[in-house]
Amino acid sequence: MPEREGKALARSVWSGSISFGLVTIPVELYTATRKASPALRMLSEDGTPLARQYVCPEDGEVVSGDEIERGYEIEKGKFVLVTDEELEQLAPRRSRDISLDRFVDRHTIDPAFFVRSYFLVPSGERTKAYRLLAETMEATGRAAIASFVMRGHSHAVAIFADRGILRAQILRFGDELRSAEELDLPKAGKVDRARVAELVRSIESLAADSLDEAELVDDQAKRLVALAEQKREQGDDVVQAPEVVEPETEAEEEGETSGGQVLDLMALLKERLAERKPAHKRGKSKPDSAAGASRKQSRNERDRLEEASKQELYERARELDIPGRSKMSREELLDSVRRAG
Amino acid sequence: MARSMWKASLCFAGEDVPVKLYAAVEDRAVHFRLLHASDHVPVRQRMVDPRSGDEVPAEAVRRGVELEPGMFVLLSPSELSSMEPEPSRSIEVLRFVPAHAIDVGWYRRPYFLGPDGRAEDYFALTRALEKSGRLGIARWSMRRKRYYGVLAPHGEHLSLVSLSSVDEVVPISQLSKPDGTALNKGERRLAEQLVSTLDAAFEPAELRDEHRERLQQLISAKAQGRSIEFREQPVPAPPEDLSEALRESVRAAKERRVA
Repeated sequence: MPEREGKALARSVWSGSISFGLVTIPVELYTATRKASPALRMLSEDGTPLARQYVCPEDGEVVSGDEIERGYEIEKGKFVLVTDEELEQLAPRRSRDISLDRFVDRHTIDPAFFVRSYFLVPSGERTKAYRLLAETMEATGRAAIASFVMRGHSHAVAIFADRGILRAQILRFGDELRSAEELDLPKAGKVDRARVAELVRSIESLAADSLDEAELVDDQAKRLVALAEQKREQGDDVVQAPEVVEPETEAEEEGETSGGQVLDLMALLKERLAERKPAHKRGKSKPDSAAGASRKQSRNERDRLEEASKQELYERARELDIPGRSKMSREELLDSVRRAG
Repeated sequence: MARSMWKASLCFAGEDVPVKLYAAVEDRAVHFRLLHASDHVPVRQRMVDPRSGDEVPAEAVRRGVELEPGMFVLLSPSELSSMEPEPSRSIEVLRFVPAHAIDVGWYRRPYFLGPDGRAEDYFALTRALEKSGRLGIARWSMRRKRYYGVLAPHGEHLSLVSLSSVDEVVPISQLSKPDGTALNKGERRLAEQLVSTLDAAFEPAELRDEHRERLQQLISAKAQGRSIEFREQPVPAPPEDLSEALRESVRAAKERRVA
């Protein structure tokens, strides 16, 4: 087993519920992936992180965020303009429910559809329904196919249960995957049986029951950091950014989410998945204790922000004096407003 | 025939099967251009020094790793390229494992493999993999990047689905199983009944991006100078009591099935 550095940090990216028939299970989604590689930043000679800027090629003028419109090119140089309002109108209705109404044999789902993975963590006081669903799906070898809305997009999703834990696997849409026919791959001709037997023997010679995870570690990121550390010790090419400016990361990795709280996923799952003692045994606090109320409050606040329009978020960002707000998308605004307060 | 993106050989146990690699993912996203509102000209993006606002041309951009907030170590292009894997044309198959050995959370991006000459070897390998019931764990370097993936039969062809580096994924095997009071038999039975009533086949064609479809409708309507309106659908809200809810759900699901 390779060494895993640090804690498994995770962010809650969605909260809502899964419903299974008429049973509703409140859950939160946590990303199951973490970024192993440090982001390489684009810098000037003296170590100042560079900023992205738009200019008009016609007049060379700098174009600010509110002077930009979105165009879909229907033919060379001819665009259909689509406004923020139109996009908002098209966006799927915000829904906080993942309704499980189709269960399939989990082995029939082609892994080519998998995009990324989230843990579903129970967020209510009771975990019984969660455990019942996970156990039933595991016992019957089923996965659920559903769809849900996150960050203004609807996603197809497969829910898997393993070791009593539910995971949501975002799926590619049906038309996003090509078939061998579409690619027009050559068709199989006659196959030499002796050759097949020979290849089966070669395969069996490398058979193993499990993966050797050490073989699957990409150490490029580690080596990069090691080199940087070594240069730092030697005092080579170390630069201090002259002032604190808005960071600009290079190409965000697909699926890398920002926002939400960062938590130690292991500890969180342990806490949430363990059975809790009934409130009256925990001392004198009533179920409606101050802590409970404030937790509810912050959740309300979070929901309210998620429901807010881009304009409302922008106003809030201005109140909080968040730099770079005018160029932010709705999701970026939501993220920075959440972080700031 | 579609164009392949890369050519290589599958190598294992002294075997060597030449293949072409094809992207299996089709980009269906609706891509917009950013335009300057006053003259509808696509804007150009550039990197500037935020202090002076001066453009920093691509060749003057340095790259660095942030070791502490605001403190960077610059890495030269040659240092960066020294981190890249050696270019190679082989897809090394390290071992062959049963399908359940691969965690669903590891899968990343699918590719198809097609034969590149010696088609009889390619199709024999597909057949042999199918017969063995195993999947190959492969490693290769493509376009200056290291990849790991799963080699599997896909109909009469081969697919290669890339995997995350293991340290990028929170392993479910390291999480403890949730515990609590034993689930009662009645609830278990009802839950299994409900799952079996909702039994279905996996139909990829049913996975439709309705959001994208609406966006495309809007664009083509606007291109023809028409306007278009979309209606919102209401969302129902559900109740409580586990056993009662399960019973009620099984009943409802059965009725739907009969209907």
